[in-house]
Amino acid sequence: MPATLNRASQIKEIPAADPRITKVLQAIKLYQRRPDALIQVLHTAQGIFGYLPLNVLQFVSRELKIPPAQVYGVATFYHFFSLKPKGEHQVVVCTGTACYVKGAQKILDQLAADFGLKPGQTTPDGKLGLEQARCIGACGLAPAVVIDEEMQPKMDASKMTALVTAKTGVAR
Amino acid sequence: MNLQELFNIGVAARQKMGNGQQRICVCAGASCMSSGAQAVLDATNKSLKDAGLDKTTKAIPVGCMGACNAGPLLKVEADGTVYQKVDAAKGQKVVEKHLKTHAILSDSLLFAETGKAPNRAEDLPFFKKQVKIVLENCGVINPEEIEEYIAKDGYMALHKALTSLQPEEVIGEIKQSGLRGRGGAGFPVGNKWETVYRHVADQKYVICNGDEGDPGAFMDRSVLEGDPHRILEGMAIAGYAVGASKGYLYVRGEYPLAIKRLEIAIKQARKLGLLGENILEAGFKFDVEIRIGAGAFVCGEETALIASIEGKRGTPKPRPPYPAESGLWKKPTLINNVESFANISPILLRGAEWFSAIGTPKSAGTKVFALAGAINNTGLIEVPMGTPLREIIFEIGGGIPGGKAFKAAQTGGPSGGCIPEKFLDTKVDYESLSALGSIMGSGGLIIMDETSCMPAVAKYFMEFCMDESCGKCIPCRVGTKEMHGLLTKICNGEGTEADLALLEELAPYCRESSLCGLGQSAPNPLLSTLRYFRDEYMAHIKEKRCPAGSCKMHGAAVGVK
Repeated sequence: MPATLNRASQIKEIPAADPRITKVLQAIKLYQRRPDALIQVLHTAQGIFGYLPLNVLQFVSRELKIPPAQVYGVATFYHFFSLKPKGEHQVVVCTGTACYVKGAQKILDQLAADFGLKPGQTTPDGKLGLEQARCIGACGLAPAVVIDEEMQPKMDASKMTALVTAKTGVAR
Repeated sequence: MNLQELFNIGVAARQKMGNGQQRICVCAGASCMSSGAQAVLDATNKSLKDAGLDKTTKAIPVGCMGACNAGPLLKVEADGTVYQKVDAAKGQKVVEKHLKTHAILSDSLLFAETGKAPNRAEDLPFFKKQVKIVLENCGVINPEEIEEYIAKDGYMALHKALTSLQPEEVIGEIKQSGLRGRGGAGFPVGNKWETVYRHVADQKYVICNGDEGDPGAFMDRSVLEGDPHRILEGMAIAGYAVGASKGYLYVRGEYPLAIKRLEIAIKQARKLGLLGENILEAGFKFDVEIRIGAGAFVCGEETALIASIEGKRGTPKPRPPYPAESGLWKKPTLINNVESFANISPILLRGAEWFSAIGTPKSAGTKVFALAGAINNTGLIEVPMGTPLREIIFEIGGGIPGGKAFKAAQTGGPSGGCIPEKFLDTKVDYESLSALGSIMGSGGLIIMDETSCMPAVAKYFMEFCMDESCGKCIPCRVGTKEMHGLLTKICNGEGTEADLALLEELAPYCRESSLCGLGQSAPNPLLSTLRYFRDEYMAHIKEKRCPAGSCKMHGAAVGVK
């Protein structure tokens, strides 16, 4: 469970000089601080930080003048946003219907057996993270897996572990 | 930009595309791109240069050609030859052999493994049985060049609407065409437009729903990637008809390539004065902004989508009031799906009568389907409404691979149902599918063979709906969870007949008392599999056996067939 925002005083303020936060501020200004741009700003922030740290959510809340609870509510509602750091390398297994029919579950089982990861988890050293996607729209290439943003079409559970190691350097 | 200038751009682009210029079209849809289409493009262009052919021939990226499992695809435009599974080396070979010596690389032709691949891809059953309206430019034009769209009469329908039709006449034409919403529910598009038109307000909005959340569906993605201007033009015409000056294009965050091409398209259209102030010098103002979704299936529901555009959690609201009366920021709002907008400009240019002559009397036009699952030719197809399922699956789709038996066709994603073998001759339209307990949906068509277990499929979709339920109303939030629990018991071999009875009692409650379409349709996969494959449920419950051999049964010996 991610920490909650109700202990706002304990959240370490993000330094204003951090170049990453300057970029977030640029996006906020691009949308003229309109509160309806919240989701678009969170997209930008996650693109920069890799996830949405609480102090970034707090910053966005202040700059867009939206209550922290609402920002937190939106950030946790949508699957795309993550409040936890992702693995250095990320494996995404598509579990859309076409991939399901063609054996996505076997791929997930294999990864669970070899790397001890369930969807949403990251290895203790932070090297490898596993996620499942609802459908990445590559149904013609099912079952599809995305390793570090590179699509791997027509995967096979038996080849999975070797491929993950080859692409990311993380061994089972 | 006026008509003459638009016309001139089209003429110039047509000359460039046709006269003397040979084109090698490389499919640059997301699917082919992920299999290395960019390398094919680069290598082919380099080979053309090395061969001294680069003055007359060029390799260009085009949208999805449809046969996604055979990608990357490469088409020699002049001959209509399509090569499959092309890599850089093969691209080079096409230049050296096909272009220079006119020798066809027969072992690389599309569907060569069938042994019956014709030289011209159009002669394949896969293409011959299709009628392309929505996809007519996909795989033909470079989606990143507005001139190529204009060369295919792009923006002429907008010009026609702005200069020679009153908004009422545009709406009348769409109504007369019989076009129904392609997002799934099939509400008549013209009627929706008319309702928004009739509401008087200082500001109205047009929204394009590109939140293609159904797993197993990628029609909208391919249209947005392959022909983005078609959507912009459709939205602008809608804006003129209903009196809106602002449009939002809501696209899934999972579709970065579609977003990129739309951004390019919007920029190009603004530059040529086809979006923005005083469009086509006709005094009409309309602009489009992209909103990137963040992964929530419920945002396909129109009121939830509106909440998401407003930057909030995507939870639905009770209707009425309908968005046509009070939508985005409480203003009258028109929401249509990508494929609906893609049909607008052809209807205006070719006429309502032309359109309504295609398809069936109640479901006019064509439908794009994404074929996936246990089928030979996975990919994107477009057929007239009323085409029998059997023809789609066995002639266009090439049948079931591995000599396995067909079991069910799943339409409509998590809101739809499974159609068994005995109804394969059903002519696909809105009414026939709902009579079978499924829905047309947005167009995902997943084929399942004998190895798919139907209770497990029902459980898969129920899990999806349970996870995606926004939690606002109890019937959906709790109902999907309870039904998922019961289905899990059954799939584990721990279910009883009382569990089945409880499922059948719960399903109608969820369907009838949920706030939005997600909960209302969540029981469909369960009910349709119960209707047609009850014996499989009974085998799990009574014999503790999974007939498809896919469920791990706790109550009996594992893997017994």
